[in-house]
Amino acid sequence: MSRRLLPALRGLLGALATLWLLVTLTFLIMRSAPGGPFDSERSPPREVAERLAAAYHLDEPLVQQYGRYLGGLLRGDLGPSFQYPDRQVAELIAEGLPVSALIGGLALLLALLLGGLIGTVAALHRDRPQDRLLMTLALLGLCLPNFVLAPLLVLLFAIALGWLPAGGWSWQDPRTLVLPVLALALPQIGILARLVRTALLETLHQPFLRTARAKGVPLHRQLRVHALRPVALPVLSYLGPAAAATLTGSVVVEQIFGLPGIGRHFVQAALNRDYTLVLGVVLFYGALVLLFNALVDALYPRLDPRLRRR
Amino acid sequence: MPTRCGPRRAARYRWLGALGLLAGLIAGSASAAVLRKGNGPEVDSLDPQRARGVPAANVLRDLYEGLVDTAPDGRLRPAAAQGWTLSEDGRAYTFELRENLRWSNGDALTAEHFAAGLRRAVDPATASQYGQLLAPIRHAEAIRRGERAPAELGVEVLGPRRLRIHLHQPTPYFLGLLTHATSYPRHPQAGLQAPPSNGAYRLHEHVLQSHLTLHRNPHYWNAAAVRIDTVQYWVTEDVNAEFQRYRAGGLDWTEQVPAGQIERLRRDYPDQLQVHPYLGLSYYGLNLDHAPLRDHPGLRRALTLAIDRELLVQRVLGNGEAPAYGFVPLAMRGYPALRPDWADWPRERRLAAARAALAADGFGAQRPPPRLQIRFNTHDDHRKVAVVVAAMWRQWLGIETELVNEEARVFFQNRRERRLTQIFRAAWIADFDDPASFLELLRADNPLNNTGHADPGYDALLDAAAAEGDAGRRLALLQQAEQRLIEALPLIPLNSYVSKRLVTPRLRGWQGNAMDQHYSKDAWFEEARP
Repeated sequence: MSRRLLPALRGLLGALATLWLLVTLTFLIMRSAPGGPFDSERSPPREVAERLAAAYHLDEPLVQQYGRYLGGLLRGDLGPSFQYPDRQVAELIAEGLPVSALIGGLALLLALLLGGLIGTVAALHRDRPQDRLLMTLALLGLCLPNFVLAPLLVLLFAIALGWLPAGGWSWQDPRTLVLPVLALALPQIGILARLVRTALLETLHQPFLRTARAKGVPLHRQLRVHALRPVALPVLSYLGPAAAATLTGSVVVEQIFGLPGIGRHFVQAALNRDYTLVLGVVLFYGALVLLFNALVDALYPRLDPRLRRR
Repeated sequence: MPTRCGPRRAARYRWLGALGLLAGLIAGSASAAVLRKGNGPEVDSLDPQRARGVPAANVLRDLYEGLVDTAPDGRLRPAAAQGWTLSEDGRAYTFELRENLRWSNGDALTAEHFAAGLRRAVDPATASQYGQLLAPIRHAEAIRRGERAPAELGVEVLGPRRLRIHLHQPTPYFLGLLTHATSYPRHPQAGLQAPPSNGAYRLHEHVLQSHLTLHRNPHYWNAAAVRIDTVQYWVTEDVNAEFQRYRAGGLDWTEQVPAGQIERLRRDYPDQLQVHPYLGLSYYGLNLDHAPLRDHPGLRRALTLAIDRELLVQRVLGNGEAPAYGFVPLAMRGYPALRPDWADWPRERRLAAARAALAADGFGAQRPPPRLQIRFNTHDDHRKVAVVVAAMWRQWLGIETELVNEEARVFFQNRRERRLTQIFRAAWIADFDDPASFLELLRADNPLNNTGHADPGYDALLDAAAAEGDAGRRLALLQQAEQRLIEALPLIPLNSYVSKRLVTPRLRGWQGNAMDQHYSKDAWFEEARP
């Protein structure tokens, strides 16, 4: 029992230390940036600025503010937002997360299905026209950045064809999901297709598959039973961080389609010097990355028996 | 085999697509009475006394109603107050509220609620960005500085429907201030999550970073005249994305239009592009705290003379902006814009005068003028203007200029601190429809005066204008003050603003106005022709 529990405990402590370091560095970087949260085209009068500073404890020494923030964190309090004075940071994240996670999750699912399919087809037709065509398309998808792809999708599907809305968001209208999911998924499809193709080609040349083929195992069984798990390993390593990034939303896609996710907070909060919101989203993202990495680590031994003995 | 599945799956999706399209058409026809407006960034707050940005002000205008508001053409009209009287000495307004005013939850709305809103705006605990606007009310400034209690504000509740506001001196533009959100009434239970409002609409839904949906308020005194049932304010941070949504029919009204495309929009959307003069002014501020600009009035004069503003507005900006020579924009109603005689001189004569001004300061071939610096925050237009102005100064005056581009908050901080700045980009947008909204900015003690301009003579003229009861004489004093300001040259006016947006031609009842303020209650959709 303790042999299993100890590494888990060590991992947890390591994760907490990483998060603490992350918060501390972000805190220092944000505070050393010139310009404050209340500087604007129309900065408030001095009395008001002082009042606001006091309300957010900005008038205290930096060390004390840092201590106050950490204390809040321990109680699970991410503090109030500077940009939206009526809102708490935790509330902003909680409201945006379902949207980002839904769109990111769908995009990831689509990318896995299509990327896996394309990669498999390409690998099985290695160096033939099908392979060349699919890999060129994958490269295109991978090279086209979101900020080019998203407007192109809007032009085609919303303006030229008029099939889908050009932006906006509603839980009741699933059509608002389609273009953002596509825009997010297409580059991932490109990456995953290439990843799967490479991994599958390598696996197909392994002695155990050659044996399977020699014994007359049908192709779908070769793929499903013998090749799936070795191919899943590199995909999984990629997917850990990619999932964290995709589920927390994309700044570009959210801005272009006007989605209420948390992705846009990453950039807007930093530009607005919304100290608490920046810290909140960085911390949240960091925790998610650690979580997914831990999940991937836990899954490895299940896929690769050689890792189980260690 | 996976490859054979492909086409069959695609066919099924085509059906789904067609179904979605049908659903969209049905939904589209059902939602005809919805006005969908692009509104720029997310609103910072819906608390009338604490909201800071323009997006919030747009929404608050539909949610709340002040004692006074503005008609579509921008003129003042009675709103929650059906009328008012001004005392003989010009220092007390008595407002008569309409009968049976109600909040959106049905509660009675009384004069006390308006008084509560005003007191809250100046209460230092509120930390209201715009509380200062109410400075003309007796004791407002002392309360804001914490020297008096909010209850001492010169606001007197004479009855449930009568309110008297005492001013410490006659203030001709006071009624205009009451159109601002800071003076909206406050419900006794306004601390709630969804406080009631008293305007033509009430908040139905607020999806943060996406949209706000407002429904018609059945308790509004003039609800029968409100013709649009639902108003949506969509967050549109990306101006190009907003334009695409408008093109695709997802918006009826945009907050902005994409930069540099005005010609194309004029051609493609002649009946939808709306460009109107706007009470905003773009200028270069000069930091007079430091050498060399402080010590060389001739240099400052040469700089302003050498800028060809016609070229700037036509070739660089090109949205219909007007060249500016004074500090009060052209669009100010009833106020003749300042235009110095040199504005009409040919370029050669202006440049000769500019060189003469430099020579008067001792600059010439032996002693070249100093190298200068233009500081601006990141924005395409700001960069273009800076590049062109620097080129004019180099070519025509031989003055070298360094361009310093800073991230917005860094720039705002530097501009406020006045330590690093020399020549800096600035703009001012009127808070109320009066020249004082601009001229007061350059008072020695105005915290937003980033130039260091401190001229007791100028301040005295503004004081005299404020105390002047006669409108004509007041105007003359303000003009004198502006003249004195432009001669002292703590700033170089560049151009006045225009508001620009796309609006569906079906929307009626609204007009472009100089404050760019619009109330959805005035608008309606023209019925589709059979």
